[in-house]
Amino acid sequence: MTFDPIDLGSFWMPKQSSTIAQEIDTAYYIVYWLDVVMFFALMVPLAWFMYRYKRRTAKDKVSDITHSTTLEITWTIIPSILVIGLFFVGLSGWMKAMVAPGNALEIRTTAEMYMWTFTYPNGNVSVNELVVPKGQPVKLIMSSKDVLHSFFVPEFRVKQDVVPGTYTTVWFEATENRDTILFCTEYCGVGHSDMLAKVRVMDKADYDNWQETGLMPGEKPLPPAELGKKLYATRSCNTCHSLDGSRIQGPTFKGVFGRTEQIADGSSVKVDENYIRESLLEPNKKVVSGYPAVMPTYKGLLKETDIDALIAYLKTVQ
Amino acid sequence: MANTATVDELGHSPEVRGKNYLNQTAGVWSWLTTVDHKRIGIMYLVSVLVGFGLGGIFALLVRLELLTAKKTIMDASQYNQAFTLHGAAMVFLFIIPSIPASLGNFFLPLMIGAKDVAFPRLNLLSLYLYWIGAIFMLAAIVTGGVDTGWTFYVPYASGVSTTSVISATFGVFVMGFSSILTGLNFIVTLHKLRAPGMSWYRMPLFLWSLYATSIIQVLATPVLGITLLLLIFERAFHIGIFDPTLGGDPVLFQHFFWFYSHPAVYIMILPGMGVATEILATNARRRVFGYKAIAFSSVAIALVSFLVWGHHMFVSGQSELSSAIFSFLTFFVAIPSGVKMFNWLGTLWGGSIRFTVPMLYGIAFLFLFAIGGLTGLFLGMLSVDLHLHDTYFVVAHFHYVMMGSTAIAFFGGLHHWWPKMTGKMYDEKLARVGFALTFIGFNWTFFTQFILGTRGMPRRYYNYLDQFQPLHAFSTYGSWVLGTGFLITFICLARSLKTGAPAPADPWGGATLEWKTASPPITENFEKAPIVTLDAYERPAEETA
Repeated sequence: MTFDPIDLGSFWMPKQSSTIAQEIDTAYYIVYWLDVVMFFALMVPLAWFMYRYKRRTAKDKVSDITHSTTLEITWTIIPSILVIGLFFVGLSGWMKAMVAPGNALEIRTTAEMYMWTFTYPNGNVSVNELVVPKGQPVKLIMSSKDVLHSFFVPEFRVKQDVVPGTYTTVWFEATENRDTILFCTEYCGVGHSDMLAKVRVMDKADYDNWQETGLMPGEKPLPPAELGKKLYATRSCNTCHSLDGSRIQGPTFKGVFGRTEQIADGSSVKVDENYIRESLLEPNKKVVSGYPAVMPTYKGLLKETDIDALIAYLKTVQ
Repeated sequence: MANTATVDELGHSPEVRGKNYLNQTAGVWSWLTTVDHKRIGIMYLVSVLVGFGLGGIFALLVRLELLTAKKTIMDASQYNQAFTLHGAAMVFLFIIPSIPASLGNFFLPLMIGAKDVAFPRLNLLSLYLYWIGAIFMLAAIVTGGVDTGWTFYVPYASGVSTTSVISATFGVFVMGFSSILTGLNFIVTLHKLRAPGMSWYRMPLFLWSLYATSIIQVLATPVLGITLLLLIFERAFHIGIFDPTLGGDPVLFQHFFWFYSHPAVYIMILPGMGVATEILATNARRRVFGYKAIAFSSVAIALVSFLVWGHHMFVSGQSELSSAIFSFLTFFVAIPSGVKMFNWLGTLWGGSIRFTVPMLYGIAFLFLFAIGGLTGLFLGMLSVDLHLHDTYFVVAHFHYVMMGSTAIAFFGGLHHWWPKMTGKMYDEKLARVGFALTFIGFNWTFFTQFILGTRGMPRRYYNYLDQFQPLHAFSTYGSWVLGTGFLITFICLARSLKTGAPAPADPWGGATLEWKTASPPITENFEKAPIVTLDAYERPAEETA
């Protein structure tokens, strides 16, 4: 990784990178310090009694007090007040986390085994990379194509399950101009722990420029093979296709261009421009024998120039 | 001896002296067809320890895999099976039946002065149902494993996973009946078979905890049964209860599941609290402080446990109002739990504390349960849970409650009652070594995971970010210390069966009825039904003078 996926803000918590984070951390530290005090309030007497009342003779006198109504009422009422207080502390931050501001930028988010797809208001799509402007509320409208997933960005302190058959939402306003990571936190099968995405927070102007041109801040248009190399990583081809000949979910890309592949139905196909294009758009039409037909279609996710770039890149992987 | 013709100090006549439930009859068949609650308790004990060993081996494998950020010893699908089987074996084979079915079965009738449970044959049937369920679960392991997590969340479990989900869930379904029947048996036994003079408020508090547990078992377990049956139908016949592509609702499954499984958490912890109470009272040689408060707090926990399941679902997509109500109610579990904590301290106050091995476990229980309980407050708070839900913080929290508290209480109880059950004393020094390594290894392994969790490490991850690696490695080293502790404890107890000194009837100076019969007890517990004249934990005047 070229960046610190989670930047630590303190011993316990990551850096606060959203507007809601501070509120949640405050609640965290309220219960934390209350717990520390209560823990010592229990353990100091325990340690003292262990020392003070250690058995010395077989005939030690023991206290015959069996109960004390005053004590018992005290230690019922005080904790009751404390925990009800905690409930309201938790409720207050949570209500802010649940209600998105009306001016939020809405991004459609789709989770599936095992990738995240983000569709921006103008129709642009990014895969396993969520790009958001700094200082603007963002609301994700999420659904799942298959099983339960969950959207979690530690630096933002937000989490929400993504459920098939319904929409759930989550919102945040990023405050730090940096990259971080989002996790899937609801167990979703064999690729669960690899279902990560990068969250890129940039200035509003850079975000608008990226929406317009597909160029990240400071980026110049790339020659096709280099753009293809980048897409290989950013569009998660690397999750399933290796460059070094090793077998992952799908066939390796090492020396793939010009190779003749055995197809599941018994025929064979030479990997050329047309086969690569077809495999991107209709991946399950000609699946290489011995591999599961699990590749999602990239139709609508890649522009024609992206496809050309990937082809150019695959020619160079030898 | 000159006085062999008369009764001994326990009132045993010559005919029964030397005879006990272990040697009264011999042979495997006499055990498999026994209706003696003590033999059934011992068979449960052996079974749950096997379940614990199985779950423990998977635990060590899971931790070993997590030593490095990428592949260490197994691939992702093997890892998913390993953590699923660790969870399922620990929950269903070990921790739910552990204390009630083994120690409870053995000691409940003894502690109320009864000959047996109310329905001895039903008791045997419970054991067989447990075994049958266990066989289905083991069959799932050998026929492709299970990779759904012990919660069997849909639609992954109902439609996507290719593993032996039906066999595993059917196993749990059958074991549910075992749990229900044991609960039913205990409730009736406590109502009908108490010895003369043994009023409700004279019962040892372990029995109050078993009573509360039994109520939950009888009321909640059927819901799990129905839920798992629906899951099996969904998977086999695609009926569309839970699967959204068939018009079902995956969140409904979570409601059903946690409606059982949250009370089940108290099926696990309440008996542990009861055992801890016995250990503390015996070794402080003191009447329990606030007897009624402890008794009623058990019942209160049982009742509140039915109202809080939704706190597992704050981020599931359930309505915000539901989450707020569930959060509010959840905090009410903290109050009776806190009351118990203070009463246990009150029991030590002014006592005469002897640090036997069981007492070490009892004190460790107080320490670990305090951490387990207090960290639960973080997760009950709506906003804080947004960050901590499904991270290692949750893993650490429930291990402190379920393992740190319940399992530690179970092993404390095992040492406490081992002389009574087996008639043998164990090697005190070796038992202390086992305890110390367990205690250190446990905190080493799991306290680390609180830090992993707050920093954002999600649970059930096979691969993880490099930046979490040092803490994961540290936690894994702790698990080896923990495993060694349990191994030594096991060796110590097993060795005592061969080389242990004979146990006296009352090695710790206990005040409850089970210490008033021989070690091991005779087949029908007491030759003459005891008559109870003292309050719970009260000692005769000449002893306390």
